[in-house]
Amino acid sequence: MTDPQQGHETGSASDAGKIEIRLENLAKRFPGVSEPAVDDLTMEIPKGEIVILVGPSGCGKTTTMKMINRIIEPTSGRIVLDGEDVTKVNPDQLRRRIGYVIQQIGLFPHQTIADNIATVPRLLGWSKERTSERVDELLEMVSMDPGRYRKRYPKELSGGQRQRVGVARAMSADPDVMLMDEPFGAIDPITRDRLQNEFLRLQEQIKKTIIFVTHDIDEAIKMGDRIAILREQSHIAQFDTPERILVNPADDFVADFIGRGASLKRLSLSRVRDVELHDWPTTQEGASPEEIRRLLDGSDKSAVLVLDEQRRPLRWVNAEHLSRSGNGRGLDDVGLPAEAVVQPNATLSDTLNEMITARYSTAIVVDSSNAYQGIVDIDTINETVRSMRRAERGRLRGDDAADTDFDDEDD
Amino acid sequence: MSTTPTDQAKATLGGYGAPSKDRSRRSRSLGRYLFMPVLLALVLLLTYLSVSRRDLDSVEAKRLDFDFILARTREHLELTALSTLLVLVIAIPVGILLTRSFARPVTPVAIALFNIGQAVPTIGLLLIFAIAWNIGFLPTVIALAAYTTLPVLRNTMVGLTQVDDSVIESARGMGMTKLAVLTRIELPLAVPVIMAGLRTALTINVGTATLGAFIGAGGLGSLIVSGFSSNHPYITIVGGILVAVLALLVDYLAGIAEDFLRPKGL
Repeated sequence: MTDPQQGHETGSASDAGKIEIRLENLAKRFPGVSEPAVDDLTMEIPKGEIVILVGPSGCGKTTTMKMINRIIEPTSGRIVLDGEDVTKVNPDQLRRRIGYVIQQIGLFPHQTIADNIATVPRLLGWSKERTSERVDELLEMVSMDPGRYRKRYPKELSGGQRQRVGVARAMSADPDVMLMDEPFGAIDPITRDRLQNEFLRLQEQIKKTIIFVTHDIDEAIKMGDRIAILREQSHIAQFDTPERILVNPADDFVADFIGRGASLKRLSLSRVRDVELHDWPTTQEGASPEEIRRLLDGSDKSAVLVLDEQRRPLRWVNAEHLSRSGNGRGLDDVGLPAEAVVQPNATLSDTLNEMITARYSTAIVVDSSNAYQGIVDIDTINETVRSMRRAERGRLRGDDAADTDFDDEDD
Repeated sequence: MSTTPTDQAKATLGGYGAPSKDRSRRSRSLGRYLFMPVLLALVLLLTYLSVSRRDLDSVEAKRLDFDFILARTREHLELTALSTLLVLVIAIPVGILLTRSFARPVTPVAIALFNIGQAVPTIGLLLIFAIAWNIGFLPTVIALAAYTTLPVLRNTMVGLTQVDDSVIESARGMGMTKLAVLTRIELPLAVPVIMAGLRTALTINVGTATLGAFIGAGGLGSLIVSGFSSNHPYITIVGGILVAVLALLVDYLAGIAEDFLRPKGL
């Protein structure tokens, strides 16, 4: 798998449209409660996609998810997994085929990280060597050094690291399906954002079928290939791609749930790699002040971006810095650190966020080895939003005469 | 499907969230380990010096004979060990059963029943057993066990119920059977609390085994009883010191066992 992008495309081509999970008339009544928690839910979950169940508290989204691995036994209805009716099979056997991540993670505190991850392989009777190799592979997959972390105990890890181990543990036996119940819910916002991005990047390679429960619509839009917005008793208000839900909410409930600022939310749907990068004058570390001055003169920009030998962004240098460097100080000490660096898979929303606080209102785009690629500026984002809106309007006009009023059109 | 980690991920994410260093809070300092045995040895030495320098009369000489004391100590330890073992095989399985979901309706009744055992004073239990059944070793063991089952039972139940629900849910969610969750997750995690209960039981038993002497079960209590009955307070005092030293020693050893049996990572 040298080129994950290619793997992704061939994967999705062969799996296109294949249904991994089908829920048929699924219902759950808890004893002593008159209203059913889940009432007659039917939905199809396509292979290799992240399907988000999102809705207000108590709408039955978690109950729905837990019925798929039968942590909660459905009262009626059927669960069909990869063509096989699993409503009545041995639940322990079934669960070994389905990855499971919960918000509190639930790592076993008395077991090492390696033992935690090896839980399902051991249940499946894998050999020691195979299990051990798999543990190392998974730890690396979630960016944790096996040599350093294998022998540690959960209490010795940070919250973000525990969450990674939780994800690694759920993937240990390489299940086709993963259930994730607010997996990033208990993590601080900065770490959550990183873990989300990292998980999306991982998903591009592993292409699991994932049911992901959250109450956070922004997380749903960011993570989901499809979103099912649920109202009480798990009635589906709308089940569609994030784009279509944002552009064309099915009813007031969905519109309310999405909330204000749909335009801003749409920025979470585009990524830096989807937009055209702009050029910025750059120079190598160690360039002479004269060289930089020449670059500045020949450009309409007010600063030059200095790169190191691996073309990684180092500093911004402008004319003022140059004049100060004259008094015996080397060029290496002047300038401002190159902040607001994003990678191609960053969402435009994240990029905008970086950009707002950054100098020159730009975000520097680097590739996976952190080498400079170009910059994204505020005009790029503006243009992207406009073109998205144009495309959507065109599509809507083509589809039907929906009388959706674009209340966010002029903001 | 295998995947290779990207260097990018390492570069951007490898460094944050430095884990806390392993603080070995549980290992005591050497000083703390040595304090109790040294103290007890000192007390024994002083007692020995006192006894050996004293002009013993015939009754005292018979009771404070080294072999006699050793035999009584052995009896005492047997009473303690057997009663604690009995507690262990009753209280832990019952505690496990009572925490299973199917037992929820009977749990309060069962606890009330075991409460009776602890509410009746041991000396009363001993006398009831002696009158209704027999005197000697076995009734004493059973009376002691009846008295100390409750703390172990209660600790077993507390230890099992305090295991984090999310840990159990994730274990079940990965396809561990109920039995596997019990033996591999719940019980190991409950060990510290169960051990604390057992230590309490052991300490109570080693102390109350003294009362066994009243119904002919032997033990170090015989020294105390015979000192009283023959009006030799010196024998009673030596007996009392020996019982106290033994109780502290057993508690100390149980404390060490607790440290070693506690699962790593907690």
